[in-house]
Order: sequence, then C-alpha cells, then structure tokens
Amino acid sequence: METVCICCPIGCRLKVEKVKDEIVVTGNTCPRGKEYGISEFTLPKRVLTTSVVFNSFTLTLKTNIAIDKKLQKSALMQIKNIKEKDYNIGDVVIENILETGANVVVTGKLKNV
Amino acid sequence: MKTDVVVIGGGPAGMSASLEASKQGASVVLIDVESRLGGILNQCIHNGFGLKHFKEELTGPEFAERLAQKVYQSNITVMLNSYVNYVGKNKVFVITPNGQEEIECKSIVLSCGARERTAGEIYLKGKRLAGVYTAGTVQKMINFYGKLPGKNAVILGSGDIGLIMARRLTLEGVKVKSIFEIMGHSSGLRRNIRQCVEDFEIPLLYNHTITRVVGDERVEGVYFAEVDENKNPKLETEKFLKCDCVLLSVGLVPENSLLPDETKREKFVVVDDERQTSVDGIFMSGNVLHIHDLADNATEEGEIAGKFAGLYAIEKLKRYDKVKVYFSNKVSYCMPQLVNKKEDGKFTIYLRANDNFLKKYIKVKCGDVDICKKFCIGITTGEMQEVEVEYSKIQGDLFVDIGD
Repeated sequence: METVCICCPIGCRLKVEKVKDEIVVTGNTCPRGKEYGISEFTLPKRVLTTSVVFNSFTLTLKTNIAIDKKLQKSALMQIKNIKEKDYNIGDVVIENILETGANVVVTGKLKNV
Repeated sequence: MKTDVVVIGGGPAGMSASLEASKQGASVVLIDVESRLGGILNQCIHNGFGLKHFKEELTGPEFAERLAQKVYQSNITVMLNSYVNYVGKNKVFVITPNGQEEIECKSIVLSCGARERTAGEIYLKGKRLAGVYTAGTVQKMINFYGKLPGKNAVILGSGDIGLIMARRLTLEGVKVKSIFEIMGHSSGLRRNIRQCVEDFEIPLLYNHTITRVVGDERVEGVYFAEVDENKNPKLETEKFLKCDCVLLSVGLVPENSLLPDETKREKFVVVDDERQTSVDGIFMSGNVLHIHDLADNATEEGEIAGKFAGLYAIEKLKRYDKVKVYFSNKVSYCMPQLVNKKEDGKFTIYLRANDNFLKKYIKVKCGDVDICKKFCIGITTGEMQEVEVEYSKIQGDLFVDIGD
C-alpha cells in the first residue's frame, strides 16, 4: 500500500507491505511515520475535531487520540448531542466514545461569538 | 496613551511578537479587532498545529490559548474590540469601544494577517448570487455559529483551507460534489489531500476551473471546464454540475493597507532579516508580510519582529550595512530581501519555488562561493522552504538558486 503520512506537515510518502508476518514501512523519516504506516495498514485512524454551539457559548472539541476512521460520523452525532454545561478547556465531555478508548476533550470555549 | 511598542493584530504572529518585545524590556500594547486573542486560529478547530513550535500536536484554539495565556501572564497591555485605522510616524490611531484614541510609540509591529481572495478578484463569471462564499467565511459560520452554507457544495481552489473545509462539510453532512483546481497540482499540504479529500473520496479535478455560476437568486449550479496550458478554459469540455453553494479557496492576500505609502515594496513588502521595513521603526510578521503554510512559522516570524522592535524601541538596536538577497528564475520569492551584515549568529531565508523539483539543492551564493547548500528530496510550489545562513560568511549580496 502506498500512502502519505499525516503526522506532520512534511507529508512523507510511505510504502507499507506485509513481509511474512511483519508489516514493513518504508519512506518514513521518523518513528511516528512507522507507527502511522502500520496503523494505516491495519486500522486507519483519525483525530476527530468539531464544535458544538450552545445559547451562550460555542465549544470546540477533539478526540484526545485518533479513532477508527469509519466511526468519525457516528462519533460526531454523539458529540452533537451533549448537553450544555459549564465546561472549560481540557474538560472531558465524553469518556471512551463508541468504545474507541478515546475521550472527547474541550479545546476551546468561545463566548459571545 | 504612550508605550514603547504597539503590536497590531493578536494572532500567532502578533502574540509572539508582543511576548518577545516585552522580554527585551519594552512596554507593549497589543491591539486586536476581535473580542479575544488568537485570530484565525480560533476558527481552525482541526488538529495539526504546534508540532514545530510546541513539539506537540494541537488544535488551532489550543495553540492560540497557549500563547494567549503567556500574554496575559506578562505585563503586555491588551486592547480588544479595537481597530487601528491609521499608522503614522511614532503613532497609531485606534478606534476603541470608547472612541478614537492616539497611541504614541517608538516602534510598531504589523501582524494583521491576510484576507481571502474574493470572487471579484478572480473574475468569477456569473451573477452575484447568494451561496458564494470564501472558504474561511464558511469555516467561521460552521465552527462558531453552527450554520451550514447549503446541502451540496462545490469548492474552487485546493489551498489548505479549501481542503480542510471539504472534510469539515462532509462530516457535517454537506455533500462536497467536487473540488476544482486550475493548476496541475494542489497548493495545499500533501497530508491534507490524504486526510481531507482521499479519505472521503471527494473528486479533486486538476487543470479544471469554474466557467460560470448560475442560478436565479441563489446558486443552482456551476459550469466547469478543463483548462489549457495558458489556464484558459477549453469551452468544448464545459459541463454542468448542480450545487447550492460555492466555496472559494483561491489564495490569501496580505492585509497591509495600514503601511505608510512610502514603504518600499517589491512582490511583497521589503524587510530585512530583523523584519524591519524601509520605514524606520515599522516591523512586520506573519501573513501580513507573506503567506505562511503553518501557524508555527508565523509564530517564529513574530518572535523575530517582536525582538527587534523591542530593541529598537529601547534604543538598543545596532545598525549594520545591509546586503540584498537576489534569486534565480527557479525561485518565486525570498524572505527577507535584505540582510544586516552582522558578525556572528545565523538567520533563515524562507523561499518558495516556481516549480516542483526532485532531489535538488537549495544554494545560497555570495559572489561565486556557495556559502550554504541544502539537499531537498522534494520541493513543491506549495511548500515554503527554509535555509539557514551564517552571518559571518556574508561578504556581499546573496543569490538564492535551486540546482544540482
């Protein structure tokens, strides 16, 4: 499989193949690239970010770790349903979303937008 | 009001400029038009920021928050909801919620960013219909207000903001029918093509453009066509695509209208390695000077401008003879264009290539001598390159080239 590493702005062109029982990544220039290559080959994951608008403020949110790419939309639906509460930056809004092991965390709080 | 340094614009470049100026011992006033610091970072809710500057992956709001916290912990005076409408010699005029005020100062850092190129500027054909937006406007609508621009979108241009918005719209349930790019390649980062376009199987058509936008009062569709080598549409290839909104991601223009008229300009405003313009005491950093790929780079440039604006204000900035940075036809521009002939230390030349190159060297020559040579596996027009040069090696004017 050929892909592009999304870990940093360099965007290394990766080649990932299965040699015997081992997944071999080439083209990466750092250890994160190798890790990404393996994950992309087995179960592609992405960090999900979104925002939720309440009456008095807007929250921007992210998953603290990457989640299964295919679950992005269903995770988003769940995040959209959170109830208004006095959250602050860094607060966990949803724990272990869709059993992915990822927590949804507040990245920003915008008042009177 | 009196201060040493006025910094205009509270985005990453302005915040880091304020912090560095303050570190030199200068008093600083930081002015921003919004009700919070952070600038455009606040609406860039996606991740991928900070790897270079903070050595950590952050979202835009988190990156902004880190710098803002430092600003509020320092003794920088922050003026929000305030708009600078005139910059003069040693003074700026600012419109605040309480009326217009004059601020006397010794140096000024302009870090007021860029604005998006609009439909008029690219001569987008068709009527002035509702539903044509710049990508950044839609980003703000969705991320701040939760408002979607339509149900079926078409994106013109494949700059990073366009790509990011293609993903954002798709996740929010808007169908992105196609992205058209007039060039043969994207000006966005490769990783954004991967994670924003290919992940969602959004068609990205290179060498294509929108020939006209049609509809009654609202956008009802676009005609698009392939372009020839001169970027003129081949009308025989024109096709129709139904959509109800069009997003433009067709480049950014530095918002430098505050600069005094006499400021020397070439392709961009001319600055030296300390980011001082030809007008003494006026410094620039961030997208107001030239367009950066990364907020991290704008932050670093802010630190440079802020440091020297601070030193200038407290009369500790040394003067040197300056040399000019020239470049070959393989280079589209270099920043800075002037360099102080200092005795020691290093500085960075940022450049963009005119074409894509594989396995080439970026070379900085002084006379016939290569004073710096950097090997690059791949150079693309979309990605800014940087090369570090030692001051001690500078004998005269510099020449930047890409070659073997």
